[in-house]
Amino acid sequence: MSIIVGDETKLVISGLTGREGTFHGLRNRDYGTHVVAGVTPKKGGQDVEGIPVFDTIKEAVDEKDANTSMIFVPARFAAAAINEAIDAGIGTVIAITEHIPVHDMLATYWKARDAGVRLIGPNCPGVLSPDKANVGIIPAQFFERGSIGVVSKSGTLTYQIGNELKQAGLGNSTIVGIGGDPIVGSDFIDILTLFEEDDETELIVMVGEIGGDAEERAAEFIAESVSKPVVAYIAGFTAPPGKQMGHAGAIISGSSGTAEAKKEALEAQGIRVGKSPTETAELAAETIGAKA
Amino acid sequence: MDLLEYQGKQLFARHGVPVPEGRVADTVEAAVEAAEEIGYPCVIKAQVQIGGRGKAGGIKVANDRAEADEHANAILGMDIRGPRGEGPFTVHQVWVERASEIDSEYYASIILDRSAKKLLAMLSTMGGINVEEIAEKDPDALARRHVEPSEGFGEEQAGALASDAGVADDAQEKTASMLVQLYGAFNESDATLIEVNPMVVTKDRDVMALDAKVTIDNSALYRHEDLADLEEGFIEDPQERMAKEKGLTYVKLDGDIGILGNGAGLCMSTLDVVAQAGGSPANFLDAGGGSKAETIVDALEVITSDEKVVAILFNIFGGITRGDEIAKGIIDASQQVDIGVPLVVRLDGTNSEEGLALLADADLPNLHLEKTMLGAAERVVELAESGATA
Repeated sequence: MSIIVGDETKLVISGLTGREGTFHGLRNRDYGTHVVAGVTPKKGGQDVEGIPVFDTIKEAVDEKDANTSMIFVPARFAAAAINEAIDAGIGTVIAITEHIPVHDMLATYWKARDAGVRLIGPNCPGVLSPDKANVGIIPAQFFERGSIGVVSKSGTLTYQIGNELKQAGLGNSTIVGIGGDPIVGSDFIDILTLFEEDDETELIVMVGEIGGDAEERAAEFIAESVSKPVVAYIAGFTAPPGKQMGHAGAIISGSSGTAEAKKEALEAQGIRVGKSPTETAELAAETIGAKA
Repeated sequence: MDLLEYQGKQLFARHGVPVPEGRVADTVEAAVEAAEEIGYPCVIKAQVQIGGRGKAGGIKVANDRAEADEHANAILGMDIRGPRGEGPFTVHQVWVERASEIDSEYYASIILDRSAKKLLAMLSTMGGINVEEIAEKDPDALARRHVEPSEGFGEEQAGALASDAGVADDAQEKTASMLVQLYGAFNESDATLIEVNPMVVTKDRDVMALDAKVTIDNSALYRHEDLADLEEGFIEDPQERMAKEKGLTYVKLDGDIGILGNGAGLCMSTLDVVAQAGGSPANFLDAGGGSKAETIVDALEVITSDEKVVAILFNIFGGITRGDEIAKGIIDASQQVDIGVPLVVRLDGTNSEEGLALLADADLPNLHLEKTMLGAAERVVELAESGATA
């Protein structure tokens, strides 16, 4: 198995006809993802290199059995597109779009929760289950199938760590970019829960960064509810306090939220924290080796 | 986007939140004129986006024209550092407002609680001093209430919060109304933080906001033209100012190694790895996703304009970003900008082979290619050390 996306994924892409939507949508299909439809209002009936385009997500669900949607529309329309997917009965929504107003996401978050819809992102690189499906913008050629689950707030840092894991001879069950925005649909705990239940995943690498307290809460959760080994990495030890570092999520508030505080919280629960992406991969390899 | 106090108070006033009458001034003459119009005693307050202004001498009461002149003179142009050593922030504007007859000082705030995925309203009757400390030592002194998405935050919820906080009986109604108005301002302006410290009860038993800290969600500014047009605090640092003009995400740090990465997470990680290798980063610069050659030229211009920089590290792992674009940017920049210091480049990910081939062909002086992030960090630290001593 793998989590969130896999062989059973039937993807509908909101914003498929846009420049970025077309580029990444086709790349996802080329990778082997079942891309069954695109949605752009008033462009129903067209197609993008054979992928049929509908006016609404509902039509894509009714006619193509879409069960997963990827949101690639501009920020000011993105929350509405997520809401549309929820109303259309989509089970998993992966929102790539960045700069969605946080008040919009607050309402959408609860709408998704109440409907029992799994929402990943926004402002995330997507989800990749190597050799099965890639939904989003993760450069899949750098990852191999294997037994390491990766969950990360950051995009490029995920690629870095995935690549280091590959150098260490380790592949991935699924790589999940949860996004760094203040309100994301799924946080570390949600994804850790899925990896814990996933047969294919033997070890989990959690990649965090300064800001918020999601890593601290994850540390407690791991100690209580995760039996599989977890290795962590935190970015931002050198970041000055209180300065914004480009991610909406990377804002330090008060005394908590620092990289040091997160590292301490994780280590207090017996979770090993790598000093660099390289050391994190080494720790993962060591742990898996010790287990085998 | 963080509003200055006076911008926050003007926002409050538009939403019916009571604030003292005041005027903004950027010269001593204008400040004195404002004081004369408002009457004495009045308060002259430095407008900088940092806490601890009072302790730093940035807030003074003037009882007559001579004092208004003296205080405006002292405060305009002064440098203020934050409680954690942030800044310094130079005062370019003062806010002159009518002094209030204060009976008690409360603390009120509404903030986006990321963990709970809800808004959180907080109220304490022990405002005006270090609320963080109070909240830690005596959690009951700070009443908290999450806003349930299904019920919102009206008179009933605000009244319950005021009661929980132990607000004086004769001030409860006005406190609750003000909280509701603040909540309205929060929602209608797409705020992520509103903090009022102190919120005061006057001797006449009126409730007013004496300070305003407001953060607006940048992603929502497109639907708030009035706020988007506000002039933001003047950026003191020349590199940060230049970066902002060029649309780059740049933060100045204290060291001498210029850093560029793509993506905030990888960029932060690069700073950490350079620090572990014994180096000291001069900046954080996130080139973002999908950056083109021009972005790289701009970035190199900003980094090299910092005279402290003795060596530069580019750490790129391309996803959307293409390695050949980065390489083209470096080659273009070498013709347009006098880089003058060693540049270490680590290029991985999408089209990195094409990029590395371009760089090899260009054969630029003082360019060092490294295969791994760790190797690149060690190399740049080495070059910085030999450059600094040369």
